[in-house]
Amino acid sequence: MSVLLIAEHDNSKLKPFTLNAITAASKINSDVHVLIAGASCESVSKEVANIPLVKKVLVCDSPNYQNYLPENLTPLVVKNSEKYDHIVASANTFGKNFMPRVAACLDISQVSDIIKVNGPDTFVRPIYAGNAFATVKSNDKKRCVTIRPTSFDAAEKSGGSAVIEKIEAVDAPNSSKFIKREETKSERPQLGTARIVVSGGRGLESGDNFKLINDIADKLNAAVGASRAAVDAGYISNDHQVGQTGKVVVPDLYIAVGISGAIQHLAGMKESKIIVAINKDGEAPIFSVADYGLEADLFTALPEFLAELNKLNTIQK
Amino acid sequence: MKILVAVKRVIDYNVQIRVKEDGSGVHTDNVKMSTNPPDDNAVEESVKLKESGKVKEIVAISIGEDKAQESIRKALAVGADKGIHVKSDSYVEPLGIAKILKKIVDKEKPDMVFLGKQAIDDDCNQTGQMLAAMLNWPQATFSSKVNLKDKSIEIVREIDEGLETIEVNLPAVVSCDLRLNKPRFASLPNIMKAKKKPMEQLIAKDMGVDLANRIEQIKVEEPPKRKAGIKVASVAELVSKLKNEAKVI
Repeated sequence: MSVLLIAEHDNSKLKPFTLNAITAASKINSDVHVLIAGASCESVSKEVANIPLVKKVLVCDSPNYQNYLPENLTPLVVKNSEKYDHIVASANTFGKNFMPRVAACLDISQVSDIIKVNGPDTFVRPIYAGNAFATVKSNDKKRCVTIRPTSFDAAEKSGGSAVIEKIEAVDAPNSSKFIKREETKSERPQLGTARIVVSGGRGLESGDNFKLINDIADKLNAAVGASRAAVDAGYISNDHQVGQTGKVVVPDLYIAVGISGAIQHLAGMKESKIIVAINKDGEAPIFSVADYGLEADLFTALPEFLAELNKLNTIQK
Repeated sequence: MKILVAVKRVIDYNVQIRVKEDGSGVHTDNVKMSTNPPDDNAVEESVKLKESGKVKEIVAISIGEDKAQESIRKALAVGADKGIHVKSDSYVEPLGIAKILKKIVDKEKPDMVFLGKQAIDDDCNQTGQMLAAMLNWPQATFSSKVNLKDKSIEIVREIDEGLETIEVNLPAVVSCDLRLNKPRFASLPNIMKAKKKPMEQLIAKDMGVDLANRIEQIKVEEPPKRKAGIKVASVAELVSKLKNEAKVI
């Protein structure tokens, strides 16, 4: 039977992680249906209908779903779940918020944050902040699954022509109210999706010194990350934090500067394709996961790094 | 008002996890255990609300083996009034935990349930949302700021894009982020006093709740190790390697 995927969007555009979740969903079953619940979200349904892996789009357009309040979204998903064997969403703050609510209403034990699909009922998921991988088999008849987006490639965006079906809204319980959303504005790519991340730690010694990190990030069109120590010390705001309690990132290139490599930081970045560590302490644990380690004082190494980058004729963006 | 605060005893966050050779799980013998970090934030916020005068009573609950009482005693030592230990010697999935908590809520009738956003052992991030669904209460997950009003709570939540502010009617379930507050340490006199606070004990399997696990753990293994990298001698060499060998810039 088919998979029902709940799309994340902002009522005008699809959020990129949904594309990764669609790829994972198609590995569970090729008949992927996508539910879009939103307000005046017609453009999103057209965008999703173009995705070749999507076979059908269900759209529910109602003010009830404008801000994805889980109290409102859950009854709609539950009502439309009957025909499906799997209900899936991305394991970010969107999917994590409502999916367990859906699972509880259906008396299903949810499988959270999968990184691999072994079969329709068997999945691999990280536990202990990625320090162990568990292969689990869900014995429920219907399954609720959230997908770690960075573990799957993004689905192709064009070439498809899925059927769009309008569905009716469900009464909202009116027990919660959206007030506002303050999105972190940045000229740089978002931390969670950037191809390159440059992170600073306690070694930076001050918030002002993050300028050294920012300069490199701008040159490489990279996102700026930070260790928990740097966040706790007030050098940078917490939405930059990479680690078990911050964001998990899987960029092509991760550059850790002045970061010792605490377990909790490694959990957020050690799946990166290439890791560079710049640290003056040659014994720092970060070197044990680094492909290229440079034992040096960051205050001389970073300006040199920038100068070397400036010498290059081309830089991949 | 009354708060039920749920705490879980887990392997301490500073311990390097070791996977068992037979793939059956991770080593827990002689490993330091402590309260799940965001659960400490849930306890701290409850105590702050009690200190503000808005909350009269805090009940701390933990589900697990006898040693789970250590996490309850810790909550009692910083300001919770009463403990409930639901004894279970085997692993219970979040769905079962939420069902037990619902039973306790039905009996204790709190205005709010506080708990950590996620346990750092199984990393499920489900219990609070499931409990809210079972109670048909609203939820505030990943809370980093709490403003309790007469009939509602205004919450600032940490979301991927930044911060979101919502208001949920009471009663409600609040799952706490690490940045909500700085948990206090218990003083020695308060630790002594906590030993005299009431602790009720219940047996999970006698509570009339379906606790059968639905998810079979086939195996637990170490994540693939990264191949050992190299040390470079200079910045110039680093840039050259990134450009010509790794081809990432």
